[in-house]
Amino acid sequence: MSDHQEAAVHQLHRDDAGARMGMWLFLFTEVLLFGGMFLVYAVYRYQYPDQFHLAARELNTTLGTLNTIILLTSSLTVALSIAALQNGNKFLSLILLSATLLFALTFMVIKYFEWTTKIAHGIYPGSPELLTKPNGQILFFGLYYVMTGLHGLHVLVGMVVISFMIVFIARDKVTPDNYVKLENSGLYWHLVDLIWIFLFPLFYLIQ
Amino acid sequence: MANEIAVKNFYQQSTNKHTGILSWLLTKDHKRIGLMYMMAIMSFFVVGMIIGLLMRLELIAPGRTIMNAQTYNTLFTLHGVIMIFLFIIPGLPAIFGNFFLPIQIGAADVAFPRLNLLSWYIYMIGATLVIVSLFLPGGPIDTGWTFYIPYSIRSTTNVSMALFAAFVLGFSSILTGINFITTVHRLRAPGMGFFKMPLFVWATYATAWIQIIATPVIAITILLVIIERAFGVGIFDPALGGDPILFQHMFWIYSHPAVYIMILPAMGVVSEIIPTFSRRTIFGYKQIAYSSLAIAFIGYLVWAHHMFSSGMSDTARWIFSLLTFIVALPSGVKIFNWVATMYKGSIDPQPPFLWVMNFIFLFSIGGLTGLVLGSLATDIHLTDTYFVVAHFHYVMFGGTGTIFFAALHYWFPKMFGRMYNMKFARIAVVLYFIGFNMLYFPKFIMGYMGMPRRYYDYLPQFTPYQRISTIGSWILVGTIFFIFGYLIHALRKGKKATSNPWGGVTMEWHIPSPPPLENFKTIPTVTHEPYDFSQLKEMKNE
Amino acid sequence: MSGNNKHHISYGTYIIVWLALLAFTSLTVTIAGVNLGRYTLFIALSIAAIKSALVINIFMHIKFDEPIFKVFLGISGSTLFIIFLLTFFDYIYR
Repeated sequence: MSDHQEAAVHQLHRDDAGARMGMWLFLFTEVLLFGGMFLVYAVYRYQYPDQFHLAARELNTTLGTLNTIILLTSSLTVALSIAALQNGNKFLSLILLSATLLFALTFMVIKYFEWTTKIAHGIYPGSPELLTKPNGQILFFGLYYVMTGLHGLHVLVGMVVISFMIVFIARDKVTPDNYVKLENSGLYWHLVDLIWIFLFPLFYLIQ
Repeated sequence: MANEIAVKNFYQQSTNKHTGILSWLLTKDHKRIGLMYMMAIMSFFVVGMIIGLLMRLELIAPGRTIMNAQTYNTLFTLHGVIMIFLFIIPGLPAIFGNFFLPIQIGAADVAFPRLNLLSWYIYMIGATLVIVSLFLPGGPIDTGWTFYIPYSIRSTTNVSMALFAAFVLGFSSILTGINFITTVHRLRAPGMGFFKMPLFVWATYATAWIQIIATPVIAITILLVIIERAFGVGIFDPALGGDPILFQHMFWIYSHPAVYIMILPAMGVVSEIIPTFSRRTIFGYKQIAYSSLAIAFIGYLVWAHHMFSSGMSDTARWIFSLLTFIVALPSGVKIFNWVATMYKGSIDPQPPFLWVMNFIFLFSIGGLTGLVLGSLATDIHLTDTYFVVAHFHYVMFGGTGTIFFAALHYWFPKMFGRMYNMKFARIAVVLYFIGFNMLYFPKFIMGYMGMPRRYYDYLPQFTPYQRISTIGSWILVGTIFFIFGYLIHALRKGKKATSNPWGGVTMEWHIPSPPPLENFKTIPTVTHEPYDFSQLKEMKNE
Repeated sequence: MSGNNKHHISYGTYIIVWLALLAFTSLTVTIAGVNLGRYTLFIALSIAAIKSALVINIFMHIKFDEPIFKVFLGISGSTLFIIFLLTFFDYIYR
């Protein structure tokens, strides 16, 4: 009997569906995390509808739309890269992932210019300019910075994750037979996209 | 059972090449991780208990006794933070869930063993942050464990650090939840259908769902307060147009379901212990299983009953009051099924069973006074008094805390392979009962008479009650140290435990004590119902 | 037991979905320019919901993955809905 025990190497069987399940559960926690912020947004928008409309005029709809298109496209390239790997096309998969990374970077650069323009106009948390505005607008910009900031943080994390996937695929750690890591990274990236799909109309399209 | 001696247990076999302390710190074995949680969580429990003891000592007489008012504010905050976030939320799932959930469903480990270890480290980082926040300039947090706005924005103490600690601890809780749900869905042994799972697994599964779905809300709330403190962003601060009541909503959207994170696994343990010592299959298995899910669900709809006096709309107040009463239904289902299980059973009053009797009595008081507080009119009178403190401690300490000791006594032989002194254990149950009621029952009376909670000083007419309560705290704490004493003694000197000392039939009693690494020689095939005591005969011949 | 996604979605499907997403984006931007009064928010959120349904079903494969994931999605979605609903019982009637 003891031989049998010795032979029992601590190695659990591979379970891709289990890994995806874990990832989905994690995504739900992210959804509820942002859900909490959307709740704050909803309550304050309900309390200060007019101020929210006025404040939203300050935001640049063109840049917001551009960023939406960029993020949607990056979601496409991730989805395509998984399909490419499934089809055994490692090279195409790598190209598509790199494109995703490039789109993500562009998103962040645009975001950076958006924020710095606002800050140059004196609109940032605690600024004297902002504090002269009515309460509803202070709350709007507070939420704007926190929600897009936290979303931006998720974009950055996603970029790190995708960079890892590029390395893994290049080194054949992620292969056409074993790509659940890439799938899970893709799921994470789509979630980042999903959150933006809601942030965009709520902040940029309420004139 | 002859081969039992030959089988190496999980203490003797490591998942990695290291020996000694590293074989623990780098382990992926769910049992070792459970024990590591146990070490950490019980240490914090002792710290929280000593803080409580000091607070009781301060209250033995009116006016200043051993500390100043600011110290008292700090102590009741720390007592809350440590007991809630470091002991009672992770307590049962992280220790006993980790150790027994995979075994009870016939699995070799949890679904993500490395993630499991990571959760432990995250827990330890969170705990360290709590401790560091005490000693940094600014001083220990004094807001109460509820962190209510606006004081938590204005307080100059280390609120941000303590909040961040709670955030980190929440993350650990989420990862454990993800792990358990995936384990239950993916790693059940062949034949172990959902309705053949032991009820502790059901309860832990429902708990894991609350952990996943409620914790993110507090995480974002905490993050928002930290951001607000750091950058002056207007979110909850009423001076900038924010709504402090919205903070309370979001705080309780998590913290009320968190109460069920605490109590559900305890109810699961009760559903394990009662059949084992009644030698009778559980009455109403499916109802108990479903009631766990029902409690988890309804527990979601009632959070604002903590806020009846804080300025919500009247409509919201009666809706939440109504919804609160509904929680009593699934809880009642459980209590009646437990009692029905004992009816005509052949009851063997071993210590774990006696602990459960303790639980049923104390928890019933806690639950019934909960109805008093859940109804709007009486709550307006009793809110923020000692009545609430007493109710809370009867539910949480009398409920979950008592079951923590029940689980410890029930599974101790399996976890450590030794038996403890039965006579001492029986004495401890009685002393615990006396100490507990002396400590907390006077608080119901004081609260009813109007003694507010969290006060450093009190009117002279409360003196006799406060004094009884303080004496009760000595008895209770003495008993708990007595329990630790005989259990620690048993670790070395206790009689060797057989694989099934109580005559239980769930999976963990089919394997040696302590279990081998990976639990089973081969993944078992389950044919029996979970509490089918006719298997006992076959098990003896195994 | 490895449980790889056996259902492969073609490049073409992804691109069609992407085009649809872009179309909905331009639709929502266009509508935002028109004054529809109190329907503005409702329409904007409906379009966002349609877009997210596309992303979740196709890009995130939930349509083809384990059925239990849909149940999970329902649980977290309805939780979010309940939280909003009950919180607004306070704010609407205040």
